[in-house]
Amino acid sequence: MIYNEEFETLPREAVEALQLKRLQQVVSRVYHTVGFYKKAFDNAGVAPEDVRSLDDLKRLPFTVKQDLRDNYPFGLFSVPMTSIVRLHASSGTTGKPTVVGYTKRDVDTWATLMARSFAAAGLTRNDIIHNSYGYGLFTGGLGAHYGAEKLGASVIPMSGGSTKKQIMLLQDFGPTAICCTPSYLLFLAEAGKEMGVDMKALKLRVGILGAEPWSERMRAQIEKELDITALNIYGLSEVMGPGVAMECIEGRNGLHIYEDHFIAEIIDPKTGEVLPYGETGELVFTTITKEAFPLIRYRTKDITRLMPEVCTCGRTFVRMERVSGRSDDMLIIRGVNVFPSQIESVIMEIEGLEPHYQLIVDREGSLDTLEIQVEVSERVFSDEIRGLQSLEKRIKKDVKDYLGVTAKVKLVEPKSLQRFEGKAQRVVDKRNI
Amino acid sequence: MKAEQISIFLENKPGGLSSVTGALKDAGINIRALSLADTSDFGILRLIVDNVARAKEVLNAAGFAVGKTHVVAVEVPDRPGGLHSILELLTGSGINVEYMYAFVERSGENAVIIFRFDSTDQAIDVLLKAGFTVLPGEKVYGL
Repeated sequence: MIYNEEFETLPREAVEALQLKRLQQVVSRVYHTVGFYKKAFDNAGVAPEDVRSLDDLKRLPFTVKQDLRDNYPFGLFSVPMTSIVRLHASSGTTGKPTVVGYTKRDVDTWATLMARSFAAAGLTRNDIIHNSYGYGLFTGGLGAHYGAEKLGASVIPMSGGSTKKQIMLLQDFGPTAICCTPSYLLFLAEAGKEMGVDMKALKLRVGILGAEPWSERMRAQIEKELDITALNIYGLSEVMGPGVAMECIEGRNGLHIYEDHFIAEIIDPKTGEVLPYGETGELVFTTITKEAFPLIRYRTKDITRLMPEVCTCGRTFVRMERVSGRSDDMLIIRGVNVFPSQIESVIMEIEGLEPHYQLIVDREGSLDTLEIQVEVSERVFSDEIRGLQSLEKRIKKDVKDYLGVTAKVKLVEPKSLQRFEGKAQRVVDKRNI
Repeated sequence: MKAEQISIFLENKPGGLSSVTGALKDAGINIRALSLADTSDFGILRLIVDNVARAKEVLNAAGFAVGKTHVVAVEVPDRPGGLHSILELLTGSGINVEYMYAFVERSGENAVIIFRFDSTDQAIDVLLKAGFTVLPGEKVYGL
């Protein structure tokens, strides 16, 4: 089913005409309401009136994550706080997250886009949706929740954790769909099997899976273990949250970007030059309907390509291929975004530790693991075991508190980690996704 | 009356211990007593050597994190209840033993035990008053 057929099947020219009209409105609005954009446009020598065609978009400057940090917490909002009804945030360096805000209309738009996404997965108001995305500052939980309600489906606001309860409700409530990260779904499948539950016999029919990179190999595994259809959803909190793009159950080949709300570009991450359809590069988004927190040419750092070919499902929106990687060093550990620099900040906050560390990312069963190896300096060395163990515990706790991710901490001998000239390679990613 | 012990951080991996003993051997340093405390990931090697300063220097040069700690070497009567008499005394004085290990050599008729106390000076005071022999550092290194 197509939830907003009127928009989702618009002829290409109509999509572009709508995009241009909305782009002109948002560019003018941010220029006059957000100091950051006025300055950025002025520095680039471009005025809102210069945007006469979609092609003129490339004249506007990029926005990057650092701009969000520099304007923490509300500096990029384009409406007064009285109009903001919701705040979300993602983890940031030593506790300073990137903050996003929503007006009432933004929340409603987001719910609509998630409802579209569920509909694209073949769901209707007759379905029961088990939502295992985390509820809270993370956009996953509430984003999927509002979309499920908007569709009229029954939503189970399960959030993450409590594995046994998850398995129990999957059996007893009989949900027909589940939302979570693909690795978490594989973890649930294993856990259920260990509990003696026939996971293939559940009423689950479809998984709406995202918030981390995954592969066709994982899709095949999930579909086999649970006897469901596994679909890919894409989103990021800065742009909206989940529901920026969604794979349709008919095509299962690329994710339709909701182009009536977002303009997608692919750029060369090195030069910033816009690349034509079909070429692989960094995905850039401009939001054209968001009120509270519009973003102009936001660099997602996600690597993909755009597929303009018409899809069998009838939707005319361009598709993005499954994200194949990152143009920066961001790691996604169990759905949580982690930058090595954030771990470094935590380490450097501890008196006496030096910035010699390495991150080992692996996958045990279906769950990501993060090991932080830190060199013991003489200043933190203790001749008592418990002294060193409390150091390990402190690093682990700080990483959990600041970044929301559980890590194993391993102390290693001084000078045992590799030293780098130039850009350090801190991460060893052993995951074979 | 205190003795200096050096301690070395070691990862649990093959060859860790031998690279310490190798560095000491090359520098002609003699190990007088040792203990190894370990967890699943790392260990702490504690050593009494005949030349503390030189040992720290060569181990630092070999890339180890080396700590220096004050410990107390006490002569313990080599008979049943010998160690117990010391521990009883310390318990009565509210002094906590962080760790302890035995010396390789004897001092005359007595065994020598290395103690790490939570309050070193108080412990020495209590031991001396009760008539125990606490060996000074220079004596310990040369045993």
